Amino acid sequence: MSVLIIADLQDGQIKKSSNSVISYGSAIARQLGQDAAVLVLGSCAEPLSALGNFGASKVYHIDDANLSVIDPKVYIKMIAAAIESVGADVIVFGNNPTAKAVAPGLSATLKAGLVSGACALPDLSNGFVVKKTVFSGKAFAMVSILTAKKIITLQPNSVSIAPVGGDAVVEKLSIQVPASSRKITGVQKTEGEVPLTEADIVVSGGRGMKGPEHWGILLDMAKALKAGTACSRPVGDAHWRPHHEHVGQTGVQIAPNLYFALGISGAIQHLAGVNRSKVIVVINKDPEAPFFKAADYGIVGDLFEVVPRLTAAIEKLHADK
Amino acid sequence: MKILVCISRTPDTTSRIAFTDNSTRFDEADVQWIINPYDEWYALVRAIEIKEKNPETVLHLVSAGGPELDAILRKALALGGDEAFRIDTDSRDSYTIATHLAALCHQQQYQLIFTGKEAIDTNNGVLGGMLAELYPAEYVSLATHFDLTTEGCNVTREIEGGEETLTCPLPAVISCQKGMAEQRIPNMRGIMGARTKPLQVITPEAVNPLTAVVQYELPAPKAGVKLVSADQPEELIRLLHEEAKVL
Repeated sequence: MSVLIIADLQDGQIKKSSNSVISYGSAIARQLGQDAAVLVLGSCAEPLSALGNFGASKVYHIDDANLSVIDPKVYIKMIAAAIESVGADVIVFGNNPTAKAVAPGLSATLKAGLVSGACALPDLSNGFVVKKTVFSGKAFAMVSILTAKKIITLQPNSVSIAPVGGDAVVEKLSIQVPASSRKITGVQKTEGEVPLTEADIVVSGGRGMKGPEHWGILLDMAKALKAGTACSRPVGDAHWRPHHEHVGQTGVQIAPNLYFALGISGAIQHLAGVNRSKVIVVINKDPEAPFFKAADYGIVGDLFEVVPRLTAAIEKLHADK
Repeated sequence: MKILVCISRTPDTTSRIAFTDNSTRFDEADVQWIINPYDEWYALVRAIEIKEKNPETVLHLVSAGGPELDAILRKALALGGDEAFRIDTDSRDSYTIATHLAALCHQQQYQLIFTGKEAIDTNNGVLGGMLAELYPAEYVSLATHFDLTTEGCNVTREIEGGEETLTCPLPAVISCQKGMAEQRIPNMRGIMGARTKPLQVITPEAVNPLTAVVQYELPAPKAGVKLVSADQPEELIRLLHEEAKVL
C-alpha cells in the first residue's frame, strides 16, 4: 500500500510545482507509515529517479507520447489502472488545471472521497480530515473523507518543499493508452514566464496606476523579483491589462508567499482572490484604503515615486546576496 | 438539442462569513443569496445564447437543495430557460449531488450540460467532472469559449500557463468561467414569464456520501499593518528580507 502522487509534465520536464506536491504526499505517507510513489504520465526527458529528493521511494512511469493530450477520460482510465496495479490508498494531485479536469471523475469512478484545494496535512486523530479553504479564502472547512480510497488536490504554495536527498526507483508501467475522442486544434501560451497561480511573488496593479502606459514601473519591479504580474478587475475590464491577469473573486485566485498591491483599494471581491497570500504589501496614496486592514506591510504614498525606489532596493539586495 | 444548466445558490460576495452550532454550520442570518456567479454569468448566459441562435433548443435548469432554492431557480428562469428541476436533498456532498444529476441526465438525455467552474462558497469545482464520469459524457473544464459544430463542439479551455482549443463529441459537460459570456440583467418580461414556467421537484434515491464537512474555521485575524514611511521605501525591502523572510 502506498500514497500515489500524480506529477505534472510540461514540455517533457517535471514541473517545479510538482516538487511540493511530492513533499506533501510523502509527508502523508510518513503519517500513515506507508511508502510514497510518484506517477508520471507521458514522455519525460529528465531522469525521474531525482524525484526521490522530495521523499518518493518509487516512481511509476507510463511513457507514452499520446498522454500529452490531457483528456480526462483517458487520464482517469490510466490513473485508475495504475492505482489498481500498484495498490494505492491515497492519491495526491496539485490543484491545477490538470487535476481540475481529472480528479473529480477519478473520484466518481473509484468512489474515493475527494478534497479539492487542501491546504494542510490530514488530521488522522479522528478519521481522515483534510483542511481546505472555502468562501474564497475567507474561511476553512475540515472535510472528513469517509471512503477507504482518498483523493486530495493540494492548493499551490500551501506547503513548503523539504528536500530529503536520495534517489527513487523508477519502474515503467505498460498500460495501453486508449484513443482520445478529442482533438487539440490550438494552444495559446500566455505571456510572462511565471504562471500566476504558481508564482511565489505577485505584483499587482489597480486603478491607482492611472493607465496602461504607466505599467513599466510595475513590470520592472516584477522582473527584479522574478514575480508574476496581476491586476484588479477594473483594470482588466478597462483592457489596461489582459483579462487573465485579473485576480479576485471572479478572476484568478492566488496564494503567493508575497503579494504587492500597487494602487488597489482592496474591495472585498479583490481580497477574496488574494487573502490567502502569506504576506501582503499595500502601496496606496489613500491612507483610508480598505486594503491596509488586510495588509501586513504598507506604504502610504505616491506609488510612482515609491515603486522605482523599491525596484532599486530589490536589485541591490539581490546583488549583495 | 437539449441543454441542462446546473445552478447553485451562494451567499452574496460581500456577505459576512460566520458559523454557528459549534462552527459546524454556516450562519445564514442576514445573508443575501445569489445565483453562484460562475453559474449565472457564464454557464446560464452561454446556454441562453445558444437557445437564441437555435430556437428549437430545449433549455432546462437544475439545482439541488430544499425549497429555499426555488427563488434562485425562478431568478435564473427570468434570465432564460424553459423549465427547472429542484432535486430535493439536504446533502452537500458533491458525489451525492452528481449522482442525482446523472439520474436526471439519463432520464432527459441532455447533449450538453453547463456548470460554473466552481461555487464561490465551497470552492470545490468538482461537480461537473463527477457528473461527466457518471453520465457518461466528455468533460471540458475551465472553459473560456464554446461553440457548437456539426460534429460536436469547439471549446477553448484554460491549461497550465495558457489556453488550448479542442474539438470533442457530445454529450459533453462544460465547466464555464470568465470569457464564455457577458453578464445579463433579467428584464420585466423575463421576470413575469418565469413565474409560470414549470418547476418540478424530484425526490432522489439515497446515495452514500464520500465526504462530510465536520467543522469550519475562520482565519486568524491579521496582526495589523506595519507602515513604512514613503520617504524610506528601502526599509520595506529590508523588513521583507529580514523580518518576514519572503525575499
